[in-house]
Amino acid sequence: MAHPSQLGFQDAASPVMEELLHFHDHTLMIVFLISTLVLYIIMAMVTTKLTNKFILDSQEIEIIWTLLPALILILIALPSLRILYLMDEVNDPHLTVKALGHQWYWSYEYTDYNNFGFDSYMVPTQDLTPGQFRLLDVDHRMVIPTESPVRVLITADDVLHSWAVPSLGIKMDAVPGRLNQTAFIVSRPGIYYGQCSEICGANHSFMPIVVEAIPLKHFENWSTLMLENSSP
Amino acid sequence: MSDRINEKIQNYRTAPFDARFPNTNQTRNCYQNYLDFHRCNKALSAKQQDPAPCEWYRRVYTSLCPMGWVQRWDEQLEEGSFAGRI
Repeated sequence: MAHPSQLGFQDAASPVMEELLHFHDHTLMIVFLISTLVLYIIMAMVTTKLTNKFILDSQEIEIIWTLLPALILILIALPSLRILYLMDEVNDPHLTVKALGHQWYWSYEYTDYNNFGFDSYMVPTQDLTPGQFRLLDVDHRMVIPTESPVRVLITADDVLHSWAVPSLGIKMDAVPGRLNQTAFIVSRPGIYYGQCSEICGANHSFMPIVVEAIPLKHFENWSTLMLENSSP
Repeated sequence: MSDRINEKIQNYRTAPFDARFPNTNQTRNCYQNYLDFHRCNKALSAKQQDPAPCEWYRRVYTSLCPMGWVQRWDEQLEEGSFAGRI
């Protein structure tokens, strides 16, 4: 989850997010280098008494400061396109979960084998137990198995919402009447938080998303238990 | 032929990748499988054949479509107000 005065991304919990993180590090380094160079040149220009009133042109520097930016852009574009196509790969999911946005809660459906679904409401601040996170924790988390390709189909029941989990590198709009697909693999067990990312009314800030990733065996136990508890 | 279908249905895990719907918008994938299930049932029942192969379409649309959508369409079918051609 995010923590106070955080500057960078949250720790990556999926391979795609790791790639995005490294790409961001790479690109930000280039940006810092260019900015430092330009700032240095500006300082140097501004703080000197030397003048030269007779510069007209210079073919050599023109070539350098055309080719170098082109090279830098290629160095940014190549990893970027690599990740873009990586995210677009055909995947063969092991599990399909549906996330439906409502005003103002999410509901999750696991219907590969049985018609099983539940609502996920934020825990109100006055009902928090010690150790729970304010405005982030929910009563029922979306549980998925680790290291399995999971397909999430996102839609909404009323207005636009958006399903986002930053540590998995996912954000997908929930549009009424439309089913948006995204897929991910969670690399390690853990609890990952996100918040609704499309303005949807009074309680838009109070409908968080919590994904709990557990090993497959425990996931099977959980789904059996949930099914037994929910059948009348 | 029906052995292969039966095997596919028995080993069903979740809806596989469908090359007809490669993009983010899977609305049509869900709707098409719902239509195909009912069309398959109708066609095979008309020929007095076993509608078991249609089970594949039912598994796929159950995996993909929100339960609320399926419920609404089933009710419309019962009432006769379903908009799709079956």
